[in-house]
Amino acid sequence: MHKGELLKKLIYACITILIVLVFNFLLFRVLPGDPLAMMMRNPRATTEMLEGLKQFYGLDQPWYVQFFTYFKHMFQGNLGVSFLYKAPVSKIVVARILPTLLLVGVAELLAIFVGIIIGIVAAWKRGTKLDVGTLSFSLITYSVPTFWLGMIMLVVFCVGFKIFPTSGMFTPGMTFQTTGAMLHDLMRHSILPIVTMALVLIGEYALTMRNTLIDVLSEDYITTARAKGFKERYVLLKHALPNALLPMITIIAINIGFVVAGAIQIETIFSWPGLGRLMYEALSARDYPLLQGIFLLVTVSVVLANFLADITYSYIDPRIKN
Amino acid sequence: MKWTMRKRKMKAFGKAVYRNKMAFTGAVILLLFILVAIFGPILIPFSTMDFGEVEDILNPPSKAHLLGTDDMGRDVLANLISGARISLIIGGVATFISMGIGTLIGICSGYFGKGIDNALMRFTDFFLVIPWLPLMMVLAAILGTSLLNIIFVIGITGWAGTARVVRSQTLSVRERPFVERAVSLGAGSGHIMARHILPNVFPLVFANTVLVAAVAIVSETTLSFLGLGDPSTASWGMMLHYAFESGSTSAGAYWYYLPPGICVVLVVLSFTLLGYAFDEILNPKLRKR
Repeated sequence: MHKGELLKKLIYACITILIVLVFNFLLFRVLPGDPLAMMMRNPRATTEMLEGLKQFYGLDQPWYVQFFTYFKHMFQGNLGVSFLYKAPVSKIVVARILPTLLLVGVAELLAIFVGIIIGIVAAWKRGTKLDVGTLSFSLITYSVPTFWLGMIMLVVFCVGFKIFPTSGMFTPGMTFQTTGAMLHDLMRHSILPIVTMALVLIGEYALTMRNTLIDVLSEDYITTARAKGFKERYVLLKHALPNALLPMITIIAINIGFVVAGAIQIETIFSWPGLGRLMYEALSARDYPLLQGIFLLVTVSVVLANFLADITYSYIDPRIKN
Repeated sequence: MKWTMRKRKMKAFGKAVYRNKMAFTGAVILLLFILVAIFGPILIPFSTMDFGEVEDILNPPSKAHLLGTDDMGRDVLANLISGARISLIIGGVATFISMGIGTLIGICSGYFGKGIDNALMRFTDFFLVIPWLPLMMVLAAILGTSLLNIIFVIGITGWAGTARVVRSQTLSVRERPFVERAVSLGAGSGHIMARHILPNVFPLVFANTVLVAAVAIVSETTLSFLGLGDPSTASWGMMLHYAFESGSTSAGAYWYYLPPGICVVLVVLSFTLLGYAFDEILNPKLRKR
């Protein structure tokens, strides 16, 4: 990619993160008036906590001093103290990152893989029952609220057939003799959340794959390849597929917000100990410092992920060099 | 003359909707739910506030209660029907707010260009890229849970896509001769935007509305499920929230947790079908697919 272009994108990403930070500041301080009054609505907040909060945010100072104190704290990674856990927010949040990455990562990979395959087959067998089936499946999964799908999966596989445990990441109170036993337990707990998450994503990936592949198949170079006498299968997989895969990167990037929303709901339903579940807990307890910390972490990661996808895309596709 | 032309276009559009299988199915489902939302509460002999006795709790479907009762002994069907009204109102008003903000920002951005365009588009990018559910959760938690706040939160977060689409359309409309003519006749910016640009971007806004509405309905359900709904209303999301929190899902009360979910799926599906079909009708490139 052009260096100037890269710099421009980097600056845009930085501006977005800056807006996120300012927005976060305004949201929790200016919006409903006095943040202390807001925090005091929480029955868990003690007097010492409120005093600490006053000090932490510098609430007795003018707003611009508060603003700089806020930025100083942010760059130090200091996110305040949670009401619920009575511990630094940064520490609590960090412990929850790995389970979420595991859930989201495996589900994404699974969904991308299955989605691409379904999309290819649908494009190939265009107009057949299989193609119509793919479209219907995509439209329906798009319309199903994620948490409700999770509830149904829970009822069918955990309550009904009793195949999988209903909640958590490991069986509580269990000590594992071997790593194998631990992995087995983890797998039993994680299959259902991962499959639910993947189900939500597959439809859109399959549909995108199908549509771009059909677009690419109508291009001149494909006609040329066919005229050369290559087999249809060869043309599809070697000539059309590489170009059709490119827009998938954009769709995956655009989808990140959707994935985050899915993770919050699925982790809540399956009591998966990740960031999404933590956000639900923080919300239920009206633990504002914790809520704010997770919100900040999630938004900044999404902005960065979009930036990376943008760069990857222009790196892989030389056509958008200019 | 302009009006007859528009009328003819509308008629052609209506015909295309009628002929398109997807659009027709979507329109029928949606109409059905709107009718239920308007007239349903009159037909049902139970109110949503009829808390039953202890023996009425979580009863399976019977002749008295067609869809059984919930964990507080209330009739599920009555709740479902009043939920249709609330969910559609929230979805409708929130969509209206989103479309208003999106159209306004899109037209201003495309018409004025330069610095204003740049600033407005950075702002739009922020709303596009920021994950919508955490943003809604945080906003709803701070503002407090009431019907108006939920509508506000959903409306204010869902406009970015519309703004982008409207902006690009405005850019092309702005260059057309009739705008130039209006400028040389001395028309002000406000007049041009309202009278010349808005009517020309309107079909696009209309096609976008159904997609925004689908997201608004899902958002309402999700927020309510997470405990951010108005506790005094019985929206479908609130029903699912109570069903899950009271453990009725694990208790096997399928008549309680299935109907609200199915209703949400049907309404969202009808919007999605309409959106998909509008895209096909208004975008000639896709027509042959």
